[in-house]
Amino acid sequence: MTFALFVEQIINGLQLGIILFLVAAGLTLIFGIMDLVNLAHGTLYMFGAFFAATMVSITGSIVWGMILAIPLMLLAGVLLEVTILRTLYTRNHLDQVLATFGLILFFNELFLIAWGPEGTGIALPPWLSGSTKLGMGIELPDYRIVILVSGLIVAAMLYFLVAKTKIGMLIRAGASNREMVGALGVNIKLLYTAVFGIGAVMAGFAGMIITPITQAEAGMGEGFLILAFVVIVIGGIGSIRGAFYAAIITGLIDTLGRSFIDVVLLLVVESVTAETAGPAISSMLIYILMAIVLALKPNGLFPPRGA
Amino acid sequence: MLMGSLWTPRGIYNAVIIILCIIMPWLAPAIGQEFFTDVFTRTMIFAIAAISLNLIMGYGGMISFGHAVYIGIGGYTVGILSYHGIDNGWIQWPMAIGLCGVFALIFGAISLRTKGVYFIMITLAFAQMMYFLSVSIEKYGSDDGLNIDSQSQFGVPFFDLSDPLTIYYTAFLCMMLCVYITYRFVNSRFGMVIRGSMSNDERMRSIGYPTYGYKLTAFVIAGMMAGLSGILSANFEAFMSPDNLFWIASGDLIFMVVLGGMGTIFGPIGGTVLFLVISEILSNFTESWHLIFGPLLILVVLYMRGGMEGFFASLGRSQND
Repeated sequence: MTFALFVEQIINGLQLGIILFLVAAGLTLIFGIMDLVNLAHGTLYMFGAFFAATMVSITGSIVWGMILAIPLMLLAGVLLEVTILRTLYTRNHLDQVLATFGLILFFNELFLIAWGPEGTGIALPPWLSGSTKLGMGIELPDYRIVILVSGLIVAAMLYFLVAKTKIGMLIRAGASNREMVGALGVNIKLLYTAVFGIGAVMAGFAGMIITPITQAEAGMGEGFLILAFVVIVIGGIGSIRGAFYAAIITGLIDTLGRSFIDVVLLLVVESVTAETAGPAISSMLIYILMAIVLALKPNGLFPPRGA
Repeated sequence: MLMGSLWTPRGIYNAVIIILCIIMPWLAPAIGQEFFTDVFTRTMIFAIAAISLNLIMGYGGMISFGHAVYIGIGGYTVGILSYHGIDNGWIQWPMAIGLCGVFALIFGAISLRTKGVYFIMITLAFAQMMYFLSVSIEKYGSDDGLNIDSQSQFGVPFFDLSDPLTIYYTAFLCMMLCVYITYRFVNSRFGMVIRGSMSNDERMRSIGYPTYGYKLTAFVIAGMMAGLSGILSANFEAFMSPDNLFWIASGDLIFMVVLGGMGTIFGPIGGTVLFLVISEILSNFTESWHLIFGPLLILVVLYMRGGMEGFFASLGRSQND
């Protein structure tokens, strides 16, 4: 029983890690290449959730809804980049933080007006709401497996795009030396828009696939955004590989911490103390992890090469 | 220097703000808007936090995105002590400020090892950590917040913080004290080192200043100053909630400083006044005031460099030409 619970929690942790990676990868790319601190990246995650929920209710199919939401995300990302964020690239980090903070306030309020405080959701169709027994008492909801697998597929696609294609080569070159790429005659503006679009689609995809188990609600992006910040800081800003490892570590520690810290604490202190301290410590765990990482390696675990 | 250039647009603007702060308890009833006394009490309490943030951000280039955490620590110390029946201000206030100093020392020691975006994010993360701590402790109200039954007691006759006028002028004096500390700080040798390290940290270190220690000291002073703001807030609202240290609150503080004019002595006060008055007016006008406030913020960032101080200073320059 305890073993089964442990395995299930590990899978849940991996799932959180994958979702975190989808958001963090875009964030770290945008920072690494455009030198832009984009607080509104969590807003893109929220966009994904609402676009998918709307498309699913229009088409009546969860698969088609999500597929149709992806070009919408690309459009939203490109529009945002061209209208507002592009002007921020040459500004200092403080201006970027404030302006994107303004974007968050605006969009959260807009979505709150449009969908109300309770938001909206996506109902799972019967063929996805079952669960699969894996033996030894381990039972996993089917949809969690779908999240895990589809997240891994998107991560693999990103790897392929960055490591094996021409645009990926430009992205890597841009991440290590921006000015030089521009000097070599690459259309830097277009590259920036493309990178932002990719980041937007990935964050949006994360928001979409999580919506059936959580909810789409205004302000859902920010808690997640801060987690994604923790991830890229641990991983080393600008490094996709770092973001991947850090996302998995963060996902696992957060999930396992929340389920097992009481048990661990009980070994040391009495039950009343464990019950009160448990939730407090578990919600602080990843921040403590980040503080330790930064105290030992101020540039993160895997700082990008050439930076 | 502090008041030297009073007869310039910038000097007049600052004088008007300070005079408004002094006379508001009489002005507000006179124009039939009594609630403005409360708005201004809150404004001056926030201004203290904004002044402290300006100290490290405007003069030291340390962009702390978690500065509200010290308002929270200061306020919760008062609230928790009073929850346990200790309402003596002579114990509450030094303890709250001291605790803010200790936390700022720990957070600062780790954060200041990093630079740039890392610094922004790690200060944000520390603040979120304390936010989650305040949400998870049920004994002290968790996310419902903590009601504070009695204000800090000092045992001094006629000094009762539950009296609106007393807390108003206490906040005013504390604010002016912080202005004075900033003024002394900025023009001291110590402040020069901090300002030097903002423009070129490596050069400061190579001419022999251990800037890390200087910056950490400034960070701790700013944390304690923001703690004072938290103490006053707890006494004024008789309530503390995790929202006080949520990251949105830290973002608001940064905006107050930038709106007023970073790296200026009086800037944060004007910024806070404008911020709270705008949000008060907008929220009376519509519940969804963030819909207007967000774009306003973006416009200020894009087109109003130097904030209000910068705007009035440029008015002064064009006049002299």
